[in-house]
Amino acid sequence: MVNLLSLQHLTKTFGGLTAVKDVSFTVEKGAIVGLIGPNGAGKTTVFNLITGNYQPDRGQITFADTPLNGLRTHRIIMRGIARTFQNIRLFQQLTALENVLAGCHYRMRSGIVATMLRLPAQRREEQQAVERAQQELAFVGLNSHALTVAKNLSYGDQRRLEIARALATEPRLLILDEPAGGMNEQETEGLIGLIGRIQQRGVTILLIEHDMRLVMRVCEKLVVLEHGGKIAEGSPDQARSNPQVIEAYLGVEDEP
Amino acid sequence: MEEFIQQLTNGLAVGGIYALIALGYTMVYGVLKLINFAHGDLFTYGAYLGLTLLTSLALTDRLGFVLGIAVLVLMVMGLAAVLGAILERAAYRPLRESPRLSAVVSALGASIFLQNTLMLIYGARFQVYPDDILPTATLNFFGLYLPLMRVLIVLASVVMMAALYLFIQKTRIGTAIRAAAIDQSAARLMGIDVNRVILLVFLVGPALGGVAGLMVGLYYGQVNFTMGWIYGMKAFTAAILGGIGNIPGAMVGGLLLGVIEAMGAAYISIAWKDAIAFCVLILILIVRPTGLLGERVADKI
Repeated sequence: MVNLLSLQHLTKTFGGLTAVKDVSFTVEKGAIVGLIGPNGAGKTTVFNLITGNYQPDRGQITFADTPLNGLRTHRIIMRGIARTFQNIRLFQQLTALENVLAGCHYRMRSGIVATMLRLPAQRREEQQAVERAQQELAFVGLNSHALTVAKNLSYGDQRRLEIARALATEPRLLILDEPAGGMNEQETEGLIGLIGRIQQRGVTILLIEHDMRLVMRVCEKLVVLEHGGKIAEGSPDQARSNPQVIEAYLGVEDEP
Repeated sequence: MEEFIQQLTNGLAVGGIYALIALGYTMVYGVLKLINFAHGDLFTYGAYLGLTLLTSLALTDRLGFVLGIAVLVLMVMGLAAVLGAILERAAYRPLRESPRLSAVVSALGASIFLQNTLMLIYGARFQVYPDDILPTATLNFFGLYLPLMRVLIVLASVVMMAALYLFIQKTRIGTAIRAAAIDQSAARLMGIDVNRVILLVFLVGPALGGVAGLMVGLYYGQVNFTMGWIYGMKAFTAAILGGIGNIPGAMVGGLLLGVIEAMGAAYISIAWKDAIAFCVLILILIVRPTGLLGERVADKI
């Protein structure tokens, strides 16, 4: 199996706090990998390092055999990484369709001059983008809400819209930060199906999730973080039986 | 009645000019949350560039009035856009990560610099647009005589505003601008180059502001190096009136302010013209601080 993403000895400190400490793991092409750990373990920081929101103090991030260090965020996105957020960050005042269109942005070529002159090629491209955006909305099941303003969508729909917006950038790797956060059981069930369909499209998925039933069902591999360091990596069953993981999640009984 | 319509059309012409300038303020505010106080001076540059190009290139003699003015408008837009981009690079980009107040001080500094540069080049006296070039024709609308220049200014500003509105609402780049205005880091994660969006805003805003300066020169026939200050303040008022950060708001606010001012000047007293405009600003800030169409509050500055 080929590694799509690999992190080597990644370290990030904020002042005196070491948020991520010497973390290494790989994400294989086509896999669904879960990044889990207690609150404050540094999971979201790892995501922010991958997408260039933060620069690592030490360590190397390699995506599809090219290093990402030092690249600005939109350049990283152009290489094929997309993400959603723990706290939903849609463009609240725009419609669902416009949100997804923003995701189509960089796949389009026409420049400013062509846009202002409304050249035929540019108009065709604009039309194609709308069609693509509608396909993505249909893919996540939001086609009937295309013209609804994002902030008026239900919470679960907003999560799905964020996924559609991320998919519109045509990623090879999709990073989901707590996709089931705040969802009810039925919505989570729908999300599990959606994640499966995304994988079938050939998109590799890296996700943070606290809902262990979802993690155990969809992930092929788990990486467990605690206090910024990696304590386990392996299949869900391996992770579940690892004493360090059990300790991190349940705490260990004090010796009398 | 005729007096009223004359004042109304005059108000719309002045209001169209305010609206074009206000768009520059509101677009920059939308993306950067910065009031670009040097924007009024880019407007003055538009007026002076227009004067210089008009007289030195004799465009209207060579190309005829309509084509000559059209070429002049494009040249002024292009040059003002370049000035805007330089301003962004020199005065604002180095301060992107600094507290917002630093950028505002930089804006005020840039304003003083631009104004004084203009004074050193052209001198402090009023400059006059050659009146033999300007058409003095009036149009007859059912017995109502309106100056051609006024009609042209209203039409041109409405066309430019409509074009900008469609650009922002209907195109991919417009969507990118709106996305960057709402959440810059989320926009970056959609692959949008926010630096380019900011640069674009500093090209489009000054281009429109520069044309507004040219219009003032053509309409009133004389320009002064300090005129950007008062026009800038009025346009800023218009932007607040419509809701700062809101593009249709700036258009509505500009036109409304122009008409209110013209009516006030005609029916109250011309000496109170500016006072009326700024009373409108105070009133709107008390009654509806988010502006007529605005959602967001200008929480600082």
